[in-house]
Amino acid sequence: MAKKVLLIEDEPNIIEAISFILSRDGWQVDTHSNGHDAADVVRKKGPDVLILDVMLPGRSGYDILRDLRSGGGTETLPILMLTARGQGKDREMAEKYGANRFMTKPFANSEVLEAVRNLVGV
Amino acid sequence: MARDTLTGSRIRERRVMAGMKQSDLARFAGISPSYLNLIEHNRRRIGGKLLVAISHVLKVEPSLLTQGAEATLIATLREAAQDRGRGEDGSASPPPPETALLEEFAGRFPGWAWLLADSQRRMDALERTVERLTDRMTHDPHLAASLHEMLSTVTAIRSTAAILAEPGEIEPEWRDRFHRNLNEDSKRLADSSQALVRYLDTVDDVSTDLGSPQEEVDAFLDCHGWNFATLEEGGSIEDILKDSDLGPVSLYLLEQVLGRYAEDVAALPMALLLDALNEVGPDPLALSLRTRVDPGRVMRRLAALPASAGVGRFGLAACDASGTLIFRKALKDFPLPRYGAACALWPLFTALSRPNVVLTQELEQTGRDPAHFRAYAVAQPVGTPQLNRDPMLVAHMLLVPQETADVSGDPLRVGVSCRICPRTECEGRREPSILAESF
Repeated sequence: MAKKVLLIEDEPNIIEAISFILSRDGWQVDTHSNGHDAADVVRKKGPDVLILDVMLPGRSGYDILRDLRSGGGTETLPILMLTARGQGKDREMAEKYGANRFMTKPFANSEVLEAVRNLVGV
Repeated sequence: MARDTLTGSRIRERRVMAGMKQSDLARFAGISPSYLNLIEHNRRRIGGKLLVAISHVLKVEPSLLTQGAEATLIATLREAAQDRGRGEDGSASPPPPETALLEEFAGRFPGWAWLLADSQRRMDALERTVERLTDRMTHDPHLAASLHEMLSTVTAIRSTAAILAEPGEIEPEWRDRFHRNLNEDSKRLADSSQALVRYLDTVDDVSTDLGSPQEEVDAFLDCHGWNFATLEEGGSIEDILKDSDLGPVSLYLLEQVLGRYAEDVAALPMALLLDALNEVGPDPLALSLRTRVDPGRVMRRLAALPASAGVGRFGLAACDASGTLIFRKALKDFPLPRYGAACALWPLFTALSRPNVVLTQELEQTGRDPAHFRAYAVAQPVGTPQLNRDPMLVAHMLLVPQETADVSGDPLRVGVSCRICPRTECEGRREPSILAESF
């Protein structure tokens, strides 16, 4: 059975490109583009790995990350954070709040694919 | 060329390092710019009082200018050792630099010594640049949003293009979709790039970096010396607005500033202000009592004095009840933040909790060369009184430069904003500083 990845990102063409490369690699890809209800969507869909953008409409990716790590069965969910801000403090914040990986835009498709695979050990 | 004939070159190097114009150094030293130019190109010998005057302005020992390169090298290494001595919080303490062996080190390992000194100079220059740019990058929401959009678009283009460039077939439906996405994203990138260029295009160089309407207005006021002879003589603000060549938002802001300026002139004409100033000096409360004009307005009038009045230059900051700066006439050694919140220690903000009380305080602005000021601040109500409703407050803070020798008590150490303030021990700190403690 295909592993599930949930991509929370508000840029439609990034969603399309990442969805394509992950689907082609055999992943079942779900997407969501609003930060406001993102934590609920994650808990409802129960993915094997989450790709989470930092700058989202409605709620910051860091807030969502903290929410997910606080309980509700998502405390250990593998999470890859994406951001357009590559400053050290952003990486520190992502690690502090419990992200497993941190990647800055623009990234290579192969990097995303490799990171997702590593996060679930395939 | 012999070593002692290179004093001019060293003066030039030190002046450039200090970010000072040749004309400014010449003026401070009491010589003409052309004569200084000859000195800096080693075409005139220099010594005696003039050398002392120039070294005083450049804040270096005269020997640093006259002696060989080794003296400069050792001085720079000494600065590096002092910086290194600050250390980082929480880390294990490495052994301190052996400053007693500096000269021996420079003599035995000149290549390494120059490399270290050069690194120190680069680090100093970069720290100054970071200080300036971080203020903008951190607090300019328009710039941050523009860059974020551009990076997101670039990411989409890179991912899509990589898929299309891969060997092997892609289903026609996907291929067409990716081609369409590339087309959309490339247009979007072109639009956002042009918008960003337009935003940044108003800057002459990175040191002025104008952009927002408020900055445009500040630059316009600064260009006019914060004084408008037309309005002082009862003229119309329309003529000034017509010649301003500003955008609509900047024009709106400028109209507010000039409207208030005209009201201030009517309430306190320049001649009356100068008479009172001669009698009681630049004390806003004393001037207010003398002229029967409220202290906030007096501060605005002092800030609008022309250079020709010969009473010095005053800085002025004003904020509304939220603490947002709504007027910023900065001084060279007391910059006012463009985007972010200012130092919470300023009397400007203290005044908001004590309406109609004129506060005064000696301030020391932290930095590489601490500067001293006498600050006066007052918060006053604006608008029409309403039943059962507290008035809105606007606070003003006048900054009067002080000679360090004239500072009487224990001045309050303040900064510009937390992000670029080196003080770590401060109850008002909101966020970490990017700078090291104690310059």
